[in-house]
Amino acid sequence: MSIKKFRPCGDFRTSYSSDMSLFQDKGSFYLTLFGIFLLLIAPLLFDSYIISLLIYIGFYGIAALGLNLLVGCTGQISVGHAVFFGFGAFASAWLSNKFFFPVWISIPTAAIMTAFVGLIFGIPAARVKGLYLAIATLAAQFIMEDFFSRASWFTGGVDGASAEPLKIFGFYFDTDEKYFYLVLFWLIISFLMVSNLMRTRDGRAFLAVRDHYLSAEMMGINLTKYRILSFGISSLFAGLGGALYGHYLNFVSIEEFNIQLSIFFLAMIIIGGLGSIRGSLMGAAFMVLLPEVMDALTRLLSDTSIDQALSLSSAIPFIKEASIGLVIILFLIFEPNGLAYRWGQIRAWFKLYPFSY
Amino acid sequence: MALDFLIQLLVNGFIIGLLYGVVAMAFVLIYKSSLVVNFAQGEFLLIGAWACWWLLAKFSLPFYLAFIFTLVFMTIFGILIQLIILRPLIGEPIISIIMVTIGLSIFFQALMNWMFGVFVEPFPKIFSTESVNLLGLEVQTVYIMSGLISLLIMISFAIFFKKSRLGLAMRATAFDQQAAQSLGVSVKQVFSAAWGISAIVSAVAGIVFGIVNGISSGIAFMGIKVFPAVILGGLDSVLGAILGGLVIGLLEHFAHYLDVQYLNVGNMIRIAPFYVLLIILMIKPYGFFGTKDIERV
Repeated sequence: MSIKKFRPCGDFRTSYSSDMSLFQDKGSFYLTLFGIFLLLIAPLLFDSYIISLLIYIGFYGIAALGLNLLVGCTGQISVGHAVFFGFGAFASAWLSNKFFFPVWISIPTAAIMTAFVGLIFGIPAARVKGLYLAIATLAAQFIMEDFFSRASWFTGGVDGASAEPLKIFGFYFDTDEKYFYLVLFWLIISFLMVSNLMRTRDGRAFLAVRDHYLSAEMMGINLTKYRILSFGISSLFAGLGGALYGHYLNFVSIEEFNIQLSIFFLAMIIIGGLGSIRGSLMGAAFMVLLPEVMDALTRLLSDTSIDQALSLSSAIPFIKEASIGLVIILFLIFEPNGLAYRWGQIRAWFKLYPFSY
Repeated sequence: MALDFLIQLLVNGFIIGLLYGVVAMAFVLIYKSSLVVNFAQGEFLLIGAWACWWLLAKFSLPFYLAFIFTLVFMTIFGILIQLIILRPLIGEPIISIIMVTIGLSIFFQALMNWMFGVFVEPFPKIFSTESVNLLGLEVQTVYIMSGLISLLIMISFAIFFKKSRLGLAMRATAFDQQAAQSLGVSVKQVFSAAWGISAIVSAVAGIVFGIVNGISSGIAFMGIKVFPAVILGGLDSVLGAILGGLVIGLLEHFAHYLDVQYLNVGNMIRIAPFYVLLIILMIKPYGFFGTKDIERV
């Protein structure tokens, strides 16, 4: 499950602090800065369609990060991540509609509320593990979906809930370009938080629980505490992503947070790389862009004989869905360590260029 | 009136429960022999049902021929899935196995929707009489047929495992893979056989379900409903799967009765099994007949 990290030769660490540094080398530090810089000027370069895709990658990436912490780093399989995402969206809309929270406060508050819900769900989940936990979260998914459709005081029932656009000091985040910066802000905060978490005692405890929970327990790690904590933190990010999602669409309907979305999140972290922080973002980008690529492919094939034989244009939703399933299978068979691992390989290849052994 | 309704529902629940039991048995067969949790069991039902429907509707074959062709196709299909998809993943962590079957499930569901559309297609009529009077209860003929077929599958399963050579090999593999291998059982063949048999049984269940309710992607939900049944009975117990299926079938219809008569909350028939599943996992995670995992360091 874990990604094997081989340090290239000549890469020495002479102090503990350099071993635990946030960026493993100068290259990754400058690459990250360059990436953030590119994202900052992105609204100037691209049209609003691409920006909206980037926004989707942003909030899905935040939620996938949470799931990766739970599944990839702690080894607790959850097939119900979408309900926490949905809970965050509804909670933020509820807080701002019923209690008149300003939206910029209601988004983090909703995330914290979701974290508490996750902690409560985590208490029974700490009792079971592996396959049984996957089945339990599957049941929780259906029960929570049912709860969303019943609790009309909270979700608006079948009508859904409307979410106000964000406003700070009279400045509205109403266009895609403005909202993009908001999502980018929260994305950077979330990734910094999780990167830092994984460098602390608690982060190492998560990894120990994943790698061998019996040994971890013998070394004095409180299994129950860390399993519950992992559920809570994972829900925090799911809630944050969900709240951003709700205020982006300005409308939250109960239909969206179904098992397909949960599987979508799982697919992101499988494709990005289990237990890899940057992998979560890569996976989110891959899964958001995949339907677009399938769209473009079908358009490319339109009016050819293949199109006429299979009537591709009318089948686009099915093609998109089938491609998600196919990509999961192919990645698991051919690239089980995900995109992050491949990225590491490419970087190592450049670094070691003439003598790659 | 209320009592009649209750009895009617319980009879239906019993028959649907038998069908759940059959699907759960197919699920347990795969889990027991190859330790793969098959989230795509529902799609096996769906593919079997659509294949049979396609042969009937497109080629107007007689039902028994279409049925036999479907079973042959499903055997090959099941074995191929095992060979191509699951064999490379032997020894991988459980999340990979779960995700690959989830991937299969999404892929085939989308493929079936693409090929056959999203609308419910009824099976051609097989029985001339709609329903028979059984001890004062109107029971649909298809329900009786479904119950009989389920019982037939269960009995043939029991005979297969007790008497046949392959059945014995499968039991041996399930008991101890290494010991079976060193005694000359081909574990590869056993894995393939388990998937083949499971696909056949699922296809029969799918066809029966299709005859009762018409075919749509809703059949695939049976693959999810099977989880409460197998957890209740114990993940690796065939007998437990049948009992679990029966209990879940009866229970969801009883929940439906309570819902209609007293609670009026709606949707209980769909949700009640999952509450049961959660409660079972909390108090007795290995079910009635499942073996407890004992971990040694």
